[in-house]
Amino acid sequence: MPKSSQPVFLARRSYRRRRKMDAARLLPIGGAVIFMLPVAWEPASTPVPDTARGLVYIFASWVMLILAALILARGLAPTYDEEETAEGSGVLRRRDAGGGAAPRATEPPPEE
Amino acid sequence: MPFNMLVAFCLLYVIMLFAVAYFAERRAQRGRLKFLHSPIIYTLSLSIYCTAWTFYGAVGYAARSGLEFVTIYLGPTLVFIGWWWILRKLVRIGRAQRVTSIADLISSRYGKSNSLGVIVTLMSVASATPYIALQLQSVTLSFGVFAADTPEFWVMSGQGEAALWIAGGLAVFTILFGTRNLDANERHHGVVMAIALEAVVKLVALVAVGIFVVWGLAGGVADILDKVAASPIADWNLKPGRFAGLIFVSAAAILTLPRMFQVLVVENVSERHLATASWAFPAYLMMMSLFVLPIAVVGLERMPPGTNPDLFVLTLPLSEGQGKLALLAFLGGFSSATSMVIVAAIALATMVSNHIVTPLWLALRRQSVRESGDVRGLVLTSRRVSIAGVLAMGYTYYHLSGGSEALAAIGLIAFVGAAQVLPALLGGIFWRGATHVGARAGLLIGFAIWLYTLFLPSVGTSGWISASVMAEGPFGIDWLRPQALFGFTGLDPLLHALMWSLLLNTLAFLIFSMSSFPPPMERLQGLAFVNVFDQAPNARGWTRGQADAEDLLSMSQRILGVGEAQKFFQSEAAAQGKTGFLPDTTPEFITTLERELAGSVGAATAHAMIAQLSGGSSVSVQDLIAVAGEAAEIKEYSAQLEAKSEELARTARALREANDKLTELSVQKDAFLGQISHELRTPMTSIRAFSEILMEPDLPEEMRQKYGEIIHEEARRLTRLLDDLLDLSVLENRRVQLNIGAANLHDLLSKAVQAAGSTRPERKFRIGRDPSVEHMAVFTDTDRLLQVFINLVSNARKYCDAELPKLRIEVRKRGPRVQIDFIDNGSGIPKKAQALIFEKFARLTDTSRAGGAGLGLAICREIMANLGGTIDYLPGQGGAAFRVTLPLRYSEAEARAVMEG
Repeated sequence: MPKSSQPVFLARRSYRRRRKMDAARLLPIGGAVIFMLPVAWEPASTPVPDTARGLVYIFASWVMLILAALILARGLAPTYDEEETAEGSGVLRRRDAGGGAAPRATEPPPEE
Repeated sequence: MPFNMLVAFCLLYVIMLFAVAYFAERRAQRGRLKFLHSPIIYTLSLSIYCTAWTFYGAVGYAARSGLEFVTIYLGPTLVFIGWWWILRKLVRIGRAQRVTSIADLISSRYGKSNSLGVIVTLMSVASATPYIALQLQSVTLSFGVFAADTPEFWVMSGQGEAALWIAGGLAVFTILFGTRNLDANERHHGVVMAIALEAVVKLVALVAVGIFVVWGLAGGVADILDKVAASPIADWNLKPGRFAGLIFVSAAAILTLPRMFQVLVVENVSERHLATASWAFPAYLMMMSLFVLPIAVVGLERMPPGTNPDLFVLTLPLSEGQGKLALLAFLGGFSSATSMVIVAAIALATMVSNHIVTPLWLALRRQSVRESGDVRGLVLTSRRVSIAGVLAMGYTYYHLSGGSEALAAIGLIAFVGAAQVLPALLGGIFWRGATHVGARAGLLIGFAIWLYTLFLPSVGTSGWISASVMAEGPFGIDWLRPQALFGFTGLDPLLHALMWSLLLNTLAFLIFSMSSFPPPMERLQGLAFVNVFDQAPNARGWTRGQADAEDLLSMSQRILGVGEAQKFFQSEAAAQGKTGFLPDTTPEFITTLERELAGSVGAATAHAMIAQLSGGSSVSVQDLIAVAGEAAEIKEYSAQLEAKSEELARTARALREANDKLTELSVQKDAFLGQISHELRTPMTSIRAFSEILMEPDLPEEMRQKYGEIIHEEARRLTRLLDDLLDLSVLENRRVQLNIGAANLHDLLSKAVQAAGSTRPERKFRIGRDPSVEHMAVFTDTDRLLQVFINLVSNARKYCDAELPKLRIEVRKRGPRVQIDFIDNGSGIPKKAQALIFEKFARLTDTSRAGGAGLGLAICREIMANLGGTIDYLPGQGGAAFRVTLPLRYSEAEARAVMEG
């Protein structure tokens, strides 16, 4: 569909979802900055040995990033299906959607 | 712990893995997929990123370089928490195009070109073989640790033999569970289950050793931090270039390593699983690396100097008398090594069979696609042989390199090799301008530089590259030294290779892409890959060719298997509304079939096979135009709709306005009729009344005389009113006969002033004029113009309420037109009445005083319009002021333009 058919303004829910997507896109950039901060810190030139502090810093920021990713994934996953059905059009996706997106408990998908 | 018992445990563990894989397959066959398709299993299967190199090597790495080891896990963390950028798109493309491997993805994106598939396959095999050798080595080494008690047995059996047994066992497992079915998109449930279990084992093992070290050997967290601060690696010697470079290369590797692509994209069941993996996999990596540094520090402190730090995970519990923990650690290391080898072997075998063996076989039997033998059997056999071959190469490499220390560095070298695919991969999914010429150039250049600057030097100076070349460059060319290209001597060899290979790779990719022109198939695929999220027009790869449905069915049966192929054809026929097994060979059907086959033999092979059957009627430039045309049509249609609705809105607005005007006109007309009736009735009433009186028989003569006069006067008034009305009607309908003649304006004005003198003659009225400017000739209907002037002057006489009434008449020439202003010194006309004075029957004061019907100014306006001029009220002149404008020379065309405008 042409881009122009998309709404210019979104409902509150869709709006929130868009912003979550923005956050999900920004997270790795933030993560890269956090992980590269020790370069500015220059642990090699400090008088006290820094490995212990570096250990705490790296793992603490690691845990924070994981938590942030967890929150974002939780926020994005429930809306994922809607988006998939909205975008899924044509022969090409019809076949794939059956096998994967909705795993069936009782009956195997035809192609398996 | 006795060595025999270890072997027994190891065998038990292997049997358990076989059992798990077997039951998972059974479960999948019965269709009970819920557990197998859970995001947890997916996340755990990703853990093959953590190989034995992680399990043992990370501690060794930390013991040598401190915190730097963590970069290998930070890169993948960034890629996963940024899944919305790349991973989501990769998985969507992988599922939409039924991609079977990273080589298939690249080949499919760049116009299903098999040569690219071959290049990526060869690169992958070259960089993965030493890595597999490394896994074999680590398992052998860990066996050796336990065999230290019974050296005679170990010496007898020999290290090489252990590695051979392991390689053989892995080959059997992989062939059994990795090649059960051909379709790479059918998940290898058994394999995935087994590696998920191994993922748990290795995490538990490493965490158990870590907990033992932190709370058993050291006194808790604070103590460990003190120990770190006091250890030989206390000073964090952070090299910014290496730190950033390693994070980058590990981030690239998680996308491009064939085994990672296999579990990440090919084995992916649902995109939703990515959302879970986006945080769960980084958490897994974090847990795996959490205890690495503590183990390294305590190992350095407690173990005798000279102990191999790569094996601290094993030797530390062993030397502390924790046999069971050591066994667990051994199984963890074993799991890490085997799971990596299994998946790598499957991924490489798929690539080798799809991109090298099958195309070769097809090329050799060019004529015989129609009646060729069992393709399915061929592909499966070639895949099995490839698995054995990959493992055999790994073993051979291990054997030849003699288990040297140099192997330990191979992990990062393999990463840099795999990262060469990155530009072609990212360019392929984000940039429609990427072409196969660019991809090929980039891959070849990157691969060559990697070989020359990193891989060959790492094998040792003995064989491949001589010491003299390393020191002085080939043929003594100084700037071609493998580890100092272009004279860059200060760089770390790994960083040096990474920088030059990826830089020149990307540069070649960009330049060749931009300077080449892709064939239609490639452009179609580029569109399907880059715009995978908005599949605008359904990209069709085929035009209606001569392909016979029966031929297609017989070929598909040989690839998909008889039952599968018939089921597929039947459902496609049903979708077309036909019964039986043979659907119409529409372009849509052929495209779907090709994608189905691509899931088994790869996009390039599937395309080539269908091309043979359908007489090579692949996509042409015309089809591209048709696809683009469909999109354009949709766009145009919606644009037309939009334009139409806009036009409708415009029409509606115009209609509404017209309606308003009509309503207003109707009201005006009613008012006009009402006025007319009133105007006519007043004189009529008096005429009737007085004529009745006249009919009285004995009326005195003088009364009769007087009443007769009144009747006459009223009749004249009526006639005047009717004359005016007729006049106005004629003027309004523009049917007036104009009597064009020349006159002096001055004379006309004088006449008007004179004629108007009869109005309220009792008033003293001053007229201010400037005769010098009034003398000019006007060529128009002079009688009509005079009528206007008289009307204006007498109006002034009638209504000017000043004590000393005065009228100024000002004449100005404005180009071909003349302006005549009539300005009196009365109180003027109130603002809100100014718009009304030119309307019919508009009168500001009451009727009796004015003594007219209120048609004068309306007639003036119509006359002026007929003469091609205007009459306006001129506000702000200190009294009532009218401006008459007319052309000095009347012309019919101009008059008409004024009237219509």
